[in-house]
Amino acid sequence: MFEYAPAPESRSIVDIASSYGLFIGGEFVDTRDGHTFKTISPASEEVLAELTEAGPADVDAAVAAARRAYDRVWSKTPGRERAKYLYRIARILAERSREFAVLETLDNGKPIRESRDVDVPLASAWFFYYAGWADKLAYAGLGSDPQPVGVAGQIIPWNFPLMMLAWKIAPALAAGNTVVLKPAETTPLTALLFASVCQQAELPPGVVNIVTGAGATGQALVAHPDVDKIAFTGSTEVGKAIARAVAGTDTKVTLELGGKAANVIFDDAPVDQAVEGIVNGIFFNQGHVCCAGSRLLVQESVYDEVLERLKRRMATLRLGDPMDKNTDVGAINSREQLTRIRELSEVGDAEGAQRWSAACELPEHGFWFPPTIFTGVTQAHRIAREEIFGPVLSILTFRTPAEAVEKANNTPYGLSAGVWTEKGSRILWMADRLRAGVVWANTFNRFDPTSPFGGYKESGHGREGGRHGLEAYLR
Amino acid sequence: MSASDRLDVRKTYKLYIGGAFPRSESGRTYEAFDAKGTFLANVARASRKDARDAVSAARKAFAGWSGATPYNRGQVLYRVAEMLEGRREQFIAEVMAGEGLRRSGAGDVVDRAIDRWVWYAGWADKIAQVHGSANAVAGPYFDFSLPEPTGIVATIAPQESSLFGLVSVLAPVIVTGNTAVVVTSYSRPLPAMTLAEVLATSDVPGGVVNVLTGDSTEVGPWLASHMDVNGIDLAGVSDADLATALEEAAADNLKRVLRPGLPAWDVADPGIHRMTPFLETKTVWHPIGV
Amino acid sequence: MSTSVAGVDDVTASETSLRRFLAGLPGVDQVGAEARAATLATRSIKTTAKQQALDTAISMIDLTTLEGQDTPGKVRALSAKAMRPDPTDSSCPSAAAVCVYPDLVSAAASTVAGSGVLVASVATAFPSGRAALDVKLADTRDAIEAGADEIDMVIDRGAFLTGRYSQVHDEIVTIKAACGRPGREPAHLKVILETGELATYDNVRRASWLAMLAGADFIKTSTGKISPAATLPVALVMLEAVRDFRLATGRMVGVKPAGGIRSAKDAIRHLVVVNEVAGPEWLSSRWFRFGASSLLNDLLLQRTRMLTGRYSGPDYVTLD
Repeated sequence: MFEYAPAPESRSIVDIASSYGLFIGGEFVDTRDGHTFKTISPASEEVLAELTEAGPADVDAAVAAARRAYDRVWSKTPGRERAKYLYRIARILAERSREFAVLETLDNGKPIRESRDVDVPLASAWFFYYAGWADKLAYAGLGSDPQPVGVAGQIIPWNFPLMMLAWKIAPALAAGNTVVLKPAETTPLTALLFASVCQQAELPPGVVNIVTGAGATGQALVAHPDVDKIAFTGSTEVGKAIARAVAGTDTKVTLELGGKAANVIFDDAPVDQAVEGIVNGIFFNQGHVCCAGSRLLVQESVYDEVLERLKRRMATLRLGDPMDKNTDVGAINSREQLTRIRELSEVGDAEGAQRWSAACELPEHGFWFPPTIFTGVTQAHRIAREEIFGPVLSILTFRTPAEAVEKANNTPYGLSAGVWTEKGSRILWMADRLRAGVVWANTFNRFDPTSPFGGYKESGHGREGGRHGLEAYLR
Repeated sequence: MSASDRLDVRKTYKLYIGGAFPRSESGRTYEAFDAKGTFLANVARASRKDARDAVSAARKAFAGWSGATPYNRGQVLYRVAEMLEGRREQFIAEVMAGEGLRRSGAGDVVDRAIDRWVWYAGWADKIAQVHGSANAVAGPYFDFSLPEPTGIVATIAPQESSLFGLVSVLAPVIVTGNTAVVVTSYSRPLPAMTLAEVLATSDVPGGVVNVLTGDSTEVGPWLASHMDVNGIDLAGVSDADLATALEEAAADNLKRVLRPGLPAWDVADPGIHRMTPFLETKTVWHPIGV
Repeated sequence: MSTSVAGVDDVTASETSLRRFLAGLPGVDQVGAEARAATLATRSIKTTAKQQALDTAISMIDLTTLEGQDTPGKVRALSAKAMRPDPTDSSCPSAAAVCVYPDLVSAAASTVAGSGVLVASVATAFPSGRAALDVKLADTRDAIEAGADEIDMVIDRGAFLTGRYSQVHDEIVTIKAACGRPGREPAHLKVILETGELATYDNVRRASWLAMLAGADFIKTSTGKISPAATLPVALVMLEAVRDFRLATGRMVGVKPAGGIRSAKDAIRHLVVVNEVAGPEWLSSRWFRFGASSLLNDLLLQRTRMLTGRYSGPDYVTLD
């Protein structure tokens, strides 16, 4: 046997304060009317820090700071200079990447390997990419002299905290807007550390404001009359609430919501890489991914073989301490999310699907769920329709390409899809017909700042990344 | 000994080829003077063999540079800008001396040069989005067009604007993945050599940029007729007859040619017009079918 | 796609059936395979795991010299090193084997006799394989008669690339038959695919299956004479092949990456891939070898560092 000894990344690189205020107007300030809450490590349940829950007066102050910065400074800053601020931010994130990766893993529960190799590099790259657009807006295909919208309110989820922050702030600032960003209540720490990057980059005060809090803080931001645009990533349910809340106003809105993506495996798929793609599609980031390949659609003629290989591969997944460099599957982000995953899995059992997971020792403290598959699932099952947002894969079969398309599209969601086949024309035929904003062929869960990302139907509207990602922040 | 008795250690200016700083294989030098006529330095006078070696180095470097991700090229060019900024004082001194500008004027030139370089760095991963396309052909085919770098571009740099002009003609060539052989301003060569030092310390792979000081009337024809050079920029050629002769020579392998001073680079927004002449457009068709 | 084929023997019955079978194997997506190898390369093997891995790797080395300038003296020195890699530490494991040209087998065999270190010989007009079958057979028999325990043969890459799969297959079968030793178990046959010349992972998969169907005891990546030699993704594809072959036929085949593995880090990365792709059963010198020369000293330096806590240097390992 080859046992891997513990290989923990050290925590000492990051300094977590015992408590944090709100980042408004370039500095940390105390709350005016809010309360405090705590953030914990989902792997150990230890308290990491105390946060401020911004109340309406705080949100008002943040929006006012953003407006002041917009009117007096940022709207007068030439694109070429805005670019240089963003380049500085990108470079500082790269310099401090280990610090951010460790903090992200502690606060979110995702494996340090992912924070280190995916989240933080992409966050830095996002700022680097959009920095280059700041002085080239005339070339974006959005008009010869596009203008910023003004002040953007941005609400981000807990699954990729720093990366989602970059997806929001980078294009907004490049396009000339100022922002008020609310990180998720279970993962505020990397956003608060990002404030120090803004300070190190000498970003003019008020261009970026960070208000921590939960649903009420978000609602206050959405409802604020001086916010020109809302960008939200999170659940479809809240997305719809936001869409209703801004109805009849001038507020622009973009939404990046949930999904129930189909990952389609044909009989001529490169099978070993396809199995990697399945595993990556649903177990990466513990399945806390809006575009996760949570429905496996496997061609019936190769069902037995794919299933056998998948189970064999799942048995090598390493679940445990997210700070261990060899961990593949980390902690579920919160008790609430764990409860939801368990409940929906029990629904799966009750609906008659067969549950399987590899033998897996779960740590005593913290929130954990083993990578799980359900076989014998059909479109009529709740676990084939509802987003579980956890490491749970529903496996269905199909016979022909047309049937695969039909089943893949048969959902109110439309964020992403995967296609595995060696036949190029079939990849393109499937891509043509899949009603999903992102189609991954012979790969999965790949992101790049140049590549537009977003959903069809109830997965939201608007795109982030690429030239298209500027559109929401310009008029 | 007082501070004013201290002798400074003077730099030797050599060529920049393949990531190294060799003297001209011909052993020749010429004298560079400042705008007032004071001797500045002996500068290498590049020969046709130096040009040949530069082209060879540029060709070796092309596969790696054009094969790097655009993100990587953008990062490398941004690093060059960081180094340029670090040497701001040095560049100001050389521009003051070479172009006869006062300090504030030279400062403006250097700032514009650095900003222009940063501007081009940001194009690396965007040019394909602006100059490429998916094409809506009337049939069941996925059809897309992508810009690709043409190969080696030889550039006769502007003679007067020894830093800003140089940056304006060099950055657009390499950001998209081409490799470059640059013949510098004859009378104002020093900023180009300092730029070469910056390139050597900025993770730019050897051979991506090769800098030859010397007489473009001597070296230019060899580059214009070289069958392994894919593009030529006549920006710094002031003699109309020479420009015509070079363009004629370039026709032997149909090099992509930019005529003297065109498109204009001394403008606030140069657009994409200095990148596209050295980009090939590749269009790919693939059937869409089950 | 199906590789769980019942009655795999029928596959080799004719050129056509062999070609159809090999063409029907699942393709390998280059980007996906390389990405998986790269992720496995991020495994952090520390402390006790690292110590164990270093010793395991040392015990898997086929310590190799294959140069025109080889002499009995050189081979004796190499053999002594293989038996006792660290003269100052008898707890250090021996290498698995020495690997030499056929005409130096006897020098190796007489040195390692009784030590447990095996003698592997290259054969079949190594490294190019470009010679008549008779010559290749004579090469092989000479090595066996001189005392080789293992034969590292090369496949005919020219024949493979022109699609003459049956020819490649039959040659392996013939050489395997020549590995017989009277009164003893036959010498083990390692089949070198020369993956650098096969150029695609699809070809590596096909050649791996071809060699295994022909009776190879080991499949080996490279001669070490061209670049690229062994790479982590190639090893990964070959380990997938031996895993699938065992599932289909019940027979276990070993894997030997050779050439280009110079550092302990590279070696440990390979062990991780073995562990997670084929499985821990392959983690012994019976089923996995490193064809290497300078790797051994790097493993020894790392081993010393783990034991003493200090970084070591070239003066503290032997150069043979």
